[in-house]
This record gives sequence, C-alpha cells and structure tokens, in this order.
Amino acid sequence: MRRIPQTIALGLFVATIGFWAVKGAHTGWSQNRVPRSKTDEVTGIVYTVYENRYVPGIDLLAGGVGLAGALLAVSFLLRPKNKTDQPT
Amino acid sequence: MKKLIITSVVTLALAASLNAAPVSFDFKDPKGVNALQFSLDSVLEPIAGTAGGVSGTVSFDPANPAATSGKIVVATKSLVVPNATMTEHMLGNNWLDAAANPEIAFQLSKLEGVSTAGNVTSATATGKFTLRGVTKDIKVPVKLTHLADAFGKRINKPEVKGDLLVLRGEFMIQRGDFGIQPGKNDDKVNPEIKISIAIVGSAPKA
Repeated sequence: MRRIPQTIALGLFVATIGFWAVKGAHTGWSQNRVPRSKTDEVTGIVYTVYENRYVPGIDLLAGGVGLAGALLAVSFLLRPKNKTDQPT
Repeated sequence: MKKLIITSVVTLALAASLNAAPVSFDFKDPKGVNALQFSLDSVLEPIAGTAGGVSGTVSFDPANPAATSGKIVVATKSLVVPNATMTEHMLGNNWLDAAANPEIAFQLSKLEGVSTAGNVTSATATGKFTLRGVTKDIKVPVKLTHLADAFGKRINKPEVKGDLLVLRGEFMIQRGDFGIQPGKNDDKVNPEIKISIAIVGSAPKA
C-alpha cells in the first residue's frame, strides 16, 4: 500500500524540481509575463515590454516539494504490505 | 533708411517671439513607449512594475522653461507586475482600488531652480500628486529634454515636422500617505514606493 503514494511523491518531487530548473530556476515569485527592457532610439528612453510566458518561481517549487513531502509522510501512515501473504 | 532698419528689427523681434511661443506636447505616445515605473521592497524580491496608460499635455517654451505647465495622467488599471495574482491584488479595493480611483495624476504647479544646458532643462517640479483619491503636494526633480524637429524621425516619417519633449524624473512616496494600507503589512510590502518616469510628448506641426 505504501509503494504507490511513495512513487507518486518521488515523481512529483522530481517533476517539480525539473520543471522549475528547465524554466529558468527563477528564485523570485512566479511570473505570468516576463519583463524585457528596450530602448527608444530617438529619445533614449528605456522602457519595458512583456513577453506572455510562464516562469515558475519559488512559490511553485515550495508548493510542489511540500506536496511531495506531505504525500510521503501520509504513505508511512498506511499499512505496509502483509509479508505473510507472500509465498514461502 | 532709418525707418527700414527699425521696421526690420521689429519684424525680426516679433518673429522670434512667435517662434518662442509655448508649445503643447501630447503625452499619449503613438509608439506606446510611455510608462511610469514603480518598485518597492517586499518579501523574497522587490516588486517592480509599470503603468503604460499615460496621457496628458505639457506646455513648454524652450525660451522660457520656467513657465512650463501641464498635467500627466496614468490610468490606474494599466498598472501591472509580472505576477498575475499580485496584479489582481494590487488593483483590488484593499490596495489601489482601481475601479473607484481610475486615475493617478500629477498637476504641475510650478518649476523651481530651473537651469538649462543645451537642450536639457533641469528643475524641481512642484505640483499636486493624486493617488487612490488622495491629493498631496510633492516636489520632483525633473529633466526636460527638448528635441526639436525629431517627431518625424521617431515615427519614421521624416517629412512630418514637429518637436519632442522627453520628461524624466524619480521620486518616493509613502503608500500610507495615500490611504494604501497605512500601517499594515509593512513587514511584507515596504511602505515606501519608488516611482520613475521617462516619457515623451509629441508636438507635430501642421
């Protein structure tokens, strides 16, 4: 019984860290739009444009890892597989 | 002969005075570059964002910059930060209450300490700043750069005549002074907000 939630927890842990790392390992809050600076040639004004893409931040990382940890903890409350059921 | 000289001098003086008349610059930028930038310290990282809904007019005379007047308006709902949930909270009724307070504005009262070097005028702008429905007198160090005949070049139509006026400035406000969560959440969101402006106004000539 424990094996299934433990496998899911491990998968969630690896997926969360992998997704966060691949998407830029951003150490701030998650972003739904990414700011980029541009310069207006004639006036010299530096202005911001936004790219509409998602960058996961520490909040997503903490949520995913926390959920995986909680799932792992719950798994230890479940009854382990009965060894007497196994053929001798 | 003497009469001709006097007439010429008067004509030239009149022409010069007409040329130096104040020009009205429209700050609704056709290229959409104009924005107010703001930042404040917060947990994890500073919150930084922009407000692109800039409009207003400034009357500027290169020969007499001290007589500058005008008003800059920013649409409150145009404020954004990179995180969508934070943007929603910022515009909500606990913070800026954008629905009830659709405009952030600065009405210039006067320019003080005016000095001009080339086409750049430095001064302290005194005026009334309105945020979340609260108006307070503030002073903002500003730089006004007058770019004569640069309007056409900027819109890729050199045949179109006109001037540009670039307005730059930076100032700090206390959010509590404007009724934005006064004395609350100071450990999460700094009470001090830095506001920077770098905007351009256009004055096309007909």
